[in-house]
Order: sequence, then C-alpha cells, then structure tokens
Amino acid sequence: MSTLHTVNKSPFVNRTLESCLNHCKDGDAVLMIEDGVYGGLGGTAVSAIVAEKAGSVSIHVLTPDMEARGLSADRLLDGITCVGYDGFVELVTKHDRTQAWL
Amino acid sequence: MEYQVNGKTIPADEEGYITNLDDWSPELAEEIAKTENIEMDEERWEVVNFLRDYYQEYQIAPAVRVLIKAIKKSMGPEKGNNKYMYELFPYGPAKQACKIAGLPKPTGCV
Amino acid sequence: MSDVKKFLYVNRKAPYGTIYALESLEVVLIGAAFDQDVSLAFLDDGVFQLTRDQNTDGIGVKNFSPTFRALGDYDVTRLYVEKESLDERGLTADDLQEIMYEDEDDDWAEKPAIRIVSRAEMTDIMAEQDVILSF
Repeated sequence: MSTLHTVNKSPFVNRTLESCLNHCKDGDAVLMIEDGVYGGLGGTAVSAIVAEKAGSVSIHVLTPDMEARGLSADRLLDGITCVGYDGFVELVTKHDRTQAWL
Repeated sequence: MEYQVNGKTIPADEEGYITNLDDWSPELAEEIAKTENIEMDEERWEVVNFLRDYYQEYQIAPAVRVLIKAIKKSMGPEKGNNKYMYELFPYGPAKQACKIAGLPKPTGCV
Repeated sequence: MSDVKKFLYVNRKAPYGTIYALESLEVVLIGAAFDQDVSLAFLDDGVFQLTRDQNTDGIGVKNFSPTFRALGDYDVTRLYVEKESLDERGLTADDLQEIMYEDEDDDWAEKPAIRIVSRAEMTDIMAEQDVILSF
C-alpha cells in the first residue's frame, strides 16, 4: 500500500512541500507539478530536505511544467525523475491513493 | 421575492428564503407559512423553534436526517420520525420548516 | 457492507483568509449523507480552524467554528489534530474548542471528538485511507 503525493506550489511561498515530505512513508512517490516543479531544483534553500527524502521516496517532476518554466533536467537534484503526462497517469495507477497537497 | 409584514418589506431569494436572517420575526414566519399553504400550530412551532435553536448553536440548518435524529432525542420517537415530520411539512421539513424559521437552505439540500 | 470507504478530509489552511476551510466543512456535511467512514485531519495552519473564542463580528464573515460541534450529529466523530503542528504555532490542546460526540455503541456516552496525534501517527492515518480530500 502506498500513496502518490502531488505538490503544485513553489516551496518558496509556503511550506507545503516540506509538510508533504514529512508525511511520506517509505515507498511513496512525490510528483511535483505546476509551480511545484521549483521544488526539484538543485542548489536551493529546500534542496537538502528534498535530497534527504529522495532515497526512501521516489520523487518526480512533470516535464511539461518544467519546460514551460524554462527549466532543464540538468538543473534538477540527483535522483529526481522527469515524467510526462503518461508517466503521471502511470504513477496514479501504481499507487493505492493520491493525495493532492494544495 | 419579498414578504410584507407590518408594513415592512422583507427581501427573500427566488425560492422564498429570506436574505437577511435578522429580518425574521414570528409574524414573518406566519407570513412565509401562508405562502407555503401551511397553518402554523403548536407542533409546527415546536419544530421551527427547534431549528432556530439548532442554527443559533451550530450556525447550520441541519440535514433532514440529522434534524429528525435530534428531534427524536429531545422530544421522543413519536415526533422524531419521518412520518410525523412530513405530515407537518409535506414538502419536506428542510425545504419548508427552514424557510419558515428564516434559515438558509440546509447545506447539501438541492 | 463492503462498499463503505474510508474518507479523510485533510485541512491545512487557516479559517478566514481563504475559502478552503469553509468549503471543506461544507463538503464534509454534504458528503456525510453518503454513509461513508469519514474522519477529518488538521495539520499545518489547519489547526487554527479549531481554536476557541473565534468572533468574526468585526470582519463581516460567518463564524463557522460552532459548526464543528455539530459534526457528531452527522456521524463524523474523529477529528485528528497533529501535535507538531500545534507546537510549531505555540498552541496546546487547551487552545482548541471542546468538540464532543455521543457514542452510539456506548449508551450515547459523550466523548471528545478531537484526538491529538503525532506526525508519525498522522502519516499512518493518511496511509490507511481509501480516499483523501485535501483543502
């Protein structure tokens, strides 16, 4: 049993990403979408807490949202995977429930 | 829509629920009941007053199921049942009793 | 009946600055008609929704905090509040209003609906659900 968590807000306007990561269980997945994709960048104020979770939780970023914001994959933290809309759907089906962190 | 009570005009929405809850008075209740073809008697006042108390305490008009359960608890099973409540308010206690009590339509009631 | 699902409403926003908290409560009240197993979670700023002595007279919006006390009538009897979220905000359980429900299976004994849980327990509660609705 596992959960897919989605985060759609930038980690620099509120602490939703942090709260989400604090409520993940091993084997869960986090998908960063919309402004949430900024949470996947390396060298930021939240990179450390994201990197720390990246071992026990799989972390993904939605490619179209990243590209829309002019971010390339090489700016992401190590261990973060890019997925398209098909990958989004796959994540939803792979996990037992989805929790949208608003 | 609007009601006329003692020379005053009380605004209501298109379904007859009053717009400003503070406009309510027992006289207005009688007036609203008339438009619903309901004659207010002791039993009906008991339900209307119960609804007003419930709203005062919780800030919501209860769903029918909740209202009936609460009436059953405070007035007993001979009043806290669907039959009794629909005899008093044939078009539904939520629709009619809440309207007469000057409350908004119960949440979730369509 | 096996089609009863576990629903958790996750509340993470303070009460009056945005519409989330009120919307959540309304959805809970509407959803209660469907006889599912419903509980509520309060974490992050969501814990502010339950503080006592709210008075909205001066801001011209409805004070919906008394409505939480009606949830027992709607068979919603578990309000999980995260301890760490309270701590971070300088709150304790005493700062929250008292919300009681009557336990049908225990001769209608009055019991507190608010349950203070740790972050780890909250994580487990979320992982037990069939459906999570976030506000």
